[in-house]
Amino acid sequence: MSDIAGSRAAVPLLDLEGVSKGFPGVLALDDVRLDLRHGEVLALVGENGAGKSTLMKLLAGIYTPDSGSFRLNGQELTIEGPRHAQELGISIIHQEFNLMPDLTVAQNIFIGREQRSAGVFLDDRALNRRARALFDRLGLALDPAERVEHLTVARQQMVEIAKALSFDAKVLIMDEPTAALNDAEVDVLFDLIQRFRGPETGVIYISHRMEELARISDRVTVLRDGRYIDTKVTAQTDPKEIIALMVGRQLAGEQRPAPLNAAGEPVLAVRGLSTKRLLRDVSFEVHAGEILGFAGLMGAGRTEVARAIVGADRMDAGEVRVHGTAVSIANPAEAARQGIGYLSEDRKQLGVLLERSVRENVVLSSLRDYVSGLGFVDDARIEATGREYVAKLRIKTPSTAQLVKNLSGGNQQKVVIAKWLAKDCDVLIFDEPTRGIDVGAKEEIYVLLRQLADQGKAIIMISSELPEVLRLSNRIAVMAEGRLTAVLDNADATQENLMEYATRFSSEGTIAR
Amino acid sequence: MSPTTTQPKSDETPSTTAFAAIDAGKPRFARLRGSLQQLLAFASLIVIVLVFSFLSPHFFTANNLVSILTAATVTGILALGTTFVIITGGIDLSIGTAMVLCGVMAGVFLTYLGWPLWAGVLATILFGGLIGLVNGVNISVFGIPPFIATLGMMLIAAGLSLVISGTKPIYFTETPDFQSIMNLSIIPGIRFPLGVAIFIVMIVVAAVLLSKTILGRYTFSIGSNEAATALSGVNVRRWKIIIYTLAGLFVGLAGVLSASRLSSAQPTGGMGLELEAIAAVVIGGTSLQGGKGSIIGTVIGALIMAVLTNGLRIISVPQEWQSVAVGIVILVAVYLDMLRRRRA
Repeated sequence: MSDIAGSRAAVPLLDLEGVSKGFPGVLALDDVRLDLRHGEVLALVGENGAGKSTLMKLLAGIYTPDSGSFRLNGQELTIEGPRHAQELGISIIHQEFNLMPDLTVAQNIFIGREQRSAGVFLDDRALNRRARALFDRLGLALDPAERVEHLTVARQQMVEIAKALSFDAKVLIMDEPTAALNDAEVDVLFDLIQRFRGPETGVIYISHRMEELARISDRVTVLRDGRYIDTKVTAQTDPKEIIALMVGRQLAGEQRPAPLNAAGEPVLAVRGLSTKRLLRDVSFEVHAGEILGFAGLMGAGRTEVARAIVGADRMDAGEVRVHGTAVSIANPAEAARQGIGYLSEDRKQLGVLLERSVRENVVLSSLRDYVSGLGFVDDARIEATGREYVAKLRIKTPSTAQLVKNLSGGNQQKVVIAKWLAKDCDVLIFDEPTRGIDVGAKEEIYVLLRQLADQGKAIIMISSELPEVLRLSNRIAVMAEGRLTAVLDNADATQENLMEYATRFSSEGTIAR
Repeated sequence: MSPTTTQPKSDETPSTTAFAAIDAGKPRFARLRGSLQQLLAFASLIVIVLVFSFLSPHFFTANNLVSILTAATVTGILALGTTFVIITGGIDLSIGTAMVLCGVMAGVFLTYLGWPLWAGVLATILFGGLIGLVNGVNISVFGIPPFIATLGMMLIAAGLSLVISGTKPIYFTETPDFQSIMNLSIIPGIRFPLGVAIFIVMIVVAAVLLSKTILGRYTFSIGSNEAATALSGVNVRRWKIIIYTLAGLFVGLAGVLSASRLSSAQPTGGMGLELEAIAAVVIGGTSLQGGKGSIIGTVIGALIMAVLTNGLRIISVPQEWQSVAVGIVILVAVYLDMLRRRRA
């Protein structure tokens, strides 16, 4: 992609060889190598558990490797700790934000490197001046004295990047930096990356989004199960090949659901839904056996629609009908009684009780049905229900007593689904059902969603991944800025026209997702 | 089939450019909110003072105001140190009984060992620091949760006070000047005790430490996001030990002042004092979640508690009701604080 890549190839900027790292019971990295050339953006991809995070933490000095060598500009070295990594010019932007919300922007950036006067006293004015100089250099509009908790997520991301670059970084490592950004913000980020890369610097860019790799990276290195698989020049490969390398097998070709013969009363009908904050006159209906996909950019209002329907947010105007009867739903418990289950995108926070067992999670919403006449909880029946769903949904767990935190993301998602099935819901609203789930397990979730629809459930699926939406939905609703801009039959939908409806406010037309 | 619902309207104004999107949602006045909260606490203090002044002619007199300050001194100094600990997201339950133990140790140094006054006082303060150091090591090195580590220390200190003193009070017969540390009147005309002046000096010291030094910066930083602070290359373990030790030094000083006030070291009691100090910190707007707080808030909190106790006694509310009133104040203060946060 970039002509800088490939030049000065003799001595790589950063060069890892034979790196292994084990934890009790797992070999997280097994003889991994990687080379980052001067001036390039190297994408690092792999499924969850492929070893990307471990590799990052080795480079950050958080872990020490069991074996293997690191070379920076050809010089062999050992990274002794986070501070040492920074001093060497290796800066990392972690996936979870590593900011102190109660401190100011400048205080965050220079934490551990405070400006002092008279030995002990802090000089925040000098700190702010340094920060401002840094922002001018990077072209960022940030206020050094603003407290970080008052910033938007995107701006917090910018603070992270500024912090990383303030170390005079040579190697910048970014772990899924766009996960929380909208497209305009992604543009700003990519612009920053382009500014950063130069003859002395390089970027390692970890991402799941194939489209981004094509936009920003020069080469792509693939890890799988803790092993190095291959490195490809981005311009000479395509997402299909990369995904195949990631999962170790060719994914099945694109299938599209057949059109649905939707006769009769819709299970769920929404009319004129509006909220004070965002939603404007949203109307749609879902039939039994149907998957209605919701496409749109982040912040378009898809999650807000779901939250308003289940009563998690206040609906300021509009009507919800279940099986033709108008209902008034004040809270999610009420929604569940009406047979509407909402599976949040934030599974760990809002979907499961990580510290409790699989069976407890499965019956959580329907626990009342398991109470005997004397008021005791009937553990035998709970166990039976737990077993039933573990078998039905093929949840991979040694027993129903296993704590949910020990399951993989895909199996946690299945537990959430089981919970709503146990509650006997007719309408299931999935919000980003495959977020944080590896490619292989995604497939299983897709199959499961289809099965549920075939069994007569009405399903709403909110997803930011267009291929996923196209793959599963009978019809697709597209939102932009709180409005429904289109409802298409699957046969009429393409990634391109969905994106058009999702960005009907945007004139640049440079959005890639 | 064509779109069934709304068609895109072309006359819609093209909105949000790259930076506008990023710029959105940043209230400029947000920074003022923190100081507003302190203003609120301060305003409630004034209101309480006004109400009591109105209810009793004996309340708003120089003598009574000084006795309020005197009453606030010991709890206040404990609360100053605890503010640091609570801002890190920790807690220190040992300060009450540790303070009593420090008083006993002052008796040991000055009366049993016959050390000169300055040496005994200094050793007592350092002994407090030692207790804090042990707390810090237990929490930071051995990873014992602060609640448990300091609960253990609370019981250890309570027991040691009794063991060392032989369960009897120790009188400062060798050093009669000891009692003037708290009680010496330093302003002619009014009874303004030295102890209150020490309290005021410590307020300034604590405020400067918290807002102007690296210790204070890391205190906030650890409470705000401990893992991130560590990843930024800050030696979090060491700083936590330092912070608990600092709190211990305040405990040592409080031990000196409280023993001085009574002219004797009483080996019993102290339990419950830690909760009063924590209450003062919380009323002052410091969050038990860590990351937020101020010294001035803690001082206002300590004053609100002292004024309430004093005022209720002056208007002859039975003692058993005073504790009820303080309890209600704590609930109201924390509820108001949560309301404020929810809006933020």
